[in-house]
Amino acid sequence: MEEVNALLQGFGVALSPLNLLLMFVGVILGIIIGVLPGLGGANGVAILLPLTFSMAQQPGGTTSAIILLSCIYWGALFGGAITSILFNIPGEPWSVATTFDGHPLAQLGRAGSALTAAFTSSFFGALVAVIMITFLSPVVAGFALRFGPPEFFSVYLLTFCAFVGMSGGNAAKTIASMMIGFALAAVGLDSVTGTLRLTFGSTSLLKGFDFLIAVIGLFGIGEILETLEEGLAFKGASARINFKVVLETWKELPRYWATSLRSAAVGCFMGIVPGGATPASFMSYGLARRLSKDGNDFGSGKVEGVVAPETAAHAAGTSALLPMITLGVPGSPTAAVLLGGLLIWGLQPGPLLFVEKPDFVWGLIASMYLGNIAGLIVVLTCVPLFAAILRIPFSIIAPVIIVICAIGAYTVHNSMFDVYLMVAFGVLGYAFKKLGYPLAPMVLALVLGDRAEENFRNAIKGSQGDLTVFFSNGLVGGLTSFALLLLFWPLIRAGWRVVLGKS
Amino acid sequence: MEKGEQGSAASVKAVEIGVAVVIFLFGALVVFDSYRVGAKWGDDGPQAGYFPLYVGLLICFASATIFVRAFRNSALAAESFVSRDELKKILTVLVPTVVYVSLIAYLGFYVASTLYIAYFMWHLGKYAWIKIAPVSIGVSVAFFLIFEIWFSVPLPKGPLEAALGLN
Amino acid sequence: MRNFTDRDWRRTAALTLFAAAAVPVQAFAAWEPTKTVEFVVPAGTGGGADQMARVVQGIIAKNKLMKQPMVVINKAGGAGAEGFLDVKESKGDAHKIIITLSNLFTTPLATHTPFNWRDLTPVQMMALDNFVLWVNAETPYKTPKEYLDAVKAGGGKFKMGGTGSKQEDQIITVAIEKQTGAKFTYISYRGGGEVAVQLVGKHVDSTVNNPIEAVAQWRAGSLRPLCVFDGKRMPYKTKITKTMSWYDIPTCKDTGLDVEYLMLRGIFMPGGVTAEQVEYYVDLLKKVRATPDWTSFLETGAFNQTTLSGKEYETWVAREEARHIMLMKEAGFLAR
Repeated sequence: MEEVNALLQGFGVALSPLNLLLMFVGVILGIIIGVLPGLGGANGVAILLPLTFSMAQQPGGTTSAIILLSCIYWGALFGGAITSILFNIPGEPWSVATTFDGHPLAQLGRAGSALTAAFTSSFFGALVAVIMITFLSPVVAGFALRFGPPEFFSVYLLTFCAFVGMSGGNAAKTIASMMIGFALAAVGLDSVTGTLRLTFGSTSLLKGFDFLIAVIGLFGIGEILETLEEGLAFKGASARINFKVVLETWKELPRYWATSLRSAAVGCFMGIVPGGATPASFMSYGLARRLSKDGNDFGSGKVEGVVAPETAAHAAGTSALLPMITLGVPGSPTAAVLLGGLLIWGLQPGPLLFVEKPDFVWGLIASMYLGNIAGLIVVLTCVPLFAAILRIPFSIIAPVIIVICAIGAYTVHNSMFDVYLMVAFGVLGYAFKKLGYPLAPMVLALVLGDRAEENFRNAIKGSQGDLTVFFSNGLVGGLTSFALLLLFWPLIRAGWRVVLGKS
Repeated sequence: MEKGEQGSAASVKAVEIGVAVVIFLFGALVVFDSYRVGAKWGDDGPQAGYFPLYVGLLICFASATIFVRAFRNSALAAESFVSRDELKKILTVLVPTVVYVSLIAYLGFYVASTLYIAYFMWHLGKYAWIKIAPVSIGVSVAFFLIFEIWFSVPLPKGPLEAALGLN
Repeated sequence: MRNFTDRDWRRTAALTLFAAAAVPVQAFAAWEPTKTVEFVVPAGTGGGADQMARVVQGIIAKNKLMKQPMVVINKAGGAGAEGFLDVKESKGDAHKIIITLSNLFTTPLATHTPFNWRDLTPVQMMALDNFVLWVNAETPYKTPKEYLDAVKAGGGKFKMGGTGSKQEDQIITVAIEKQTGAKFTYISYRGGGEVAVQLVGKHVDSTVNNPIEAVAQWRAGSLRPLCVFDGKRMPYKTKITKTMSWYDIPTCKDTGLDVEYLMLRGIFMPGGVTAEQVEYYVDLLKKVRATPDWTSFLETGAFNQTTLSGKEYETWVAREEARHIMLMKEAGFLAR
């Protein structure tokens, strides 16, 4: 097969000793970036970008440069899970859903299992995505072109319905929480009409509420306040810490093959569209919760609840590079900076890149395989080390965590106002959690709210006010119907039972 | 629950009602501003305030429901939201944290963080200064290296950095 | 019909270049940055301003033109207001520069955000960005006239895609509407690359993408340029596709669509900085513009190579502001 030959050549390019070294350097840097909420993959890539110019001038150097940069990206994808699991602080936006079950697992003393599950699933998700890129890229690249505003809206609707559904809990509080999320997402500039809303003349509110700031406050600071109440220690500090836990978790993982495959599919789909890794992780978690046997216990520390979002996030993060290469549309801020890099090195991302620079493209794809293997090796060997962080006394680690949170909140927009906001969100998170308001719907609404609204309104504008645009072709109709089906599934199931005469 | 014995600082009912009122006011604010920017279904689809208007109304509606339920449920009055003891513990962290973030603007991130970590270790951990000093300063120096030197992410700096010529 | 660009600044530009060449450059600049310089981009990652900022950063790093490092910081919130306000508030801070696009004028006009270019110190105009009218290559339209006749007949069914709302792309769209009586439905997206892909996917019928945003799709044969919104053709004669170079794209005016619009890609500093400090950056950017990397970047993006600094730049910006006030007023984009 043509692809296999090209790929083998790519491995030849990627497997030089220098490139292997760069791979490990990149992955380790990426993990640091992923762990600290103040640094995103975009930072790391942007900082090293100038350094790669001189690299790119040597023969084959462009490949080395992109290997270094893309490995930072893989490292960041792996690293985001670490603080989510250990401290309930998502290092990156796409690891928010990982906190839902990852942190409870750590509290049960199973931090090692949670970390192993997260890393292994990340690797699996990436592997599926790379295999898809290798063999199906021409087919799949065209697929992204079919997504206009109605299609994007239906994707976001689907994410919502998959996650929210009609689950239990206090309905009024769920609605209040979700609507607060939507309201916060609306603050700032309305991109469709270019007018400011909900800013009340404040220049600090112009840029809106960033999702990461809210999440760091709600989850991270809120968690510390709650921990305090129960005494001055993180739960699960007495966890067993040795390498055996990796092997034991591996024995457990094959049980979740269905969730893994489904999550990888969700992730690839969301990456190509490009809908983003964060919605992918939420959608996948929601689907797993509904479809798994143990679905009702999700949130109390289920390994499967870590597998689902991590697989999807990594699959989406990886496949997001495909629209970047073939269409020049970055699927994430990091991809955007990589895109800038390609341009500066004299490469033009676009449909012709595969034809004109096959060496580069296949070298990059080969580095996706190798980079992820390198990443997996690094993070797995460090599992006991990461888990040992929980043994640091609370009175040392807690202020360090809060400092990290403050830096994280500040760096999103270089704004002190955001740091104050984060503390306010922390208090809010604490109060909400104790009163039984669910936080996840608020966070999801904050992530997707303005994007969903924008695409809805653009779709309606384009169809001149005709709502049937959301069923105007097979793709968008299918997505919308599937979303509605998921939303009303409990009702439908109940109705079906009545029809069948069971009660 | 043992919370009852410790003396409650606030009942669940009081907090529930208080939070519901705050949420209601927030919802009302959203409704108000949505009207200002236009909340109709215009010629070319919904206007800027169309969705926020309904979001705001739903917030008001949901918080009103929560308020009424909490008001009528007398059992909540006996339940403790937070005991005096717990509140005290939380405040010993929350107050320094608020002081910390407000100090950042004057002292810069690194000095404020050093002081904050030191205070925490001294007050909550009862560590000796011989341990406090290296940990608190070491962490800040590590962050300085990571952010300022390696990743060139500038964080706010204060008089100390200026005096040392580090900004 | 009115021209959308004044003419005489080009002459001024030529004069300035001449003057710059005639005056001997100082052997060393008296002022130099003493810490990391922040390069603020009032737009998102991956856009035209962002790309240019990163190219400038790259050239400076590669050629070691500055002793201190330079970092690019995106502050896109509120249609760039976040970035402009940040620089406005950093009065006197010579370690901060900002790259502007048309939102320097449009954002305060459309949103009442309290800033104006007079709060900043003009340093250097790097180039002007062109706008091209693009359609999908599978459509039958070969000239602007054919396309606009179809739009007129369509009565608002044709969709124009663009970046942002009440910004340059929509201003051009409204200008076309006023000129021809055609009616578009304007759909706003977040970035120029996204807009070009939406046109390839036929979710919109045309765009006014900058060359650099659409060139990859053009080369791949998915898009077709109809005309450029400049007074003269783009000077780049290297073939981009098998048959066409940038130079082969006619001006809109020549094809009967009398609309001209160019976008500022210029550098500003905060207010209250000294003449020495401005001089440093003018000199630095001159070195940047002298590199082959810069020349090839201008060619890739088919930029209009006008550069101005000092008083001429200031005068140009003031005139451009007045023009935007008029354009925004006519389009009904001014904030209530």
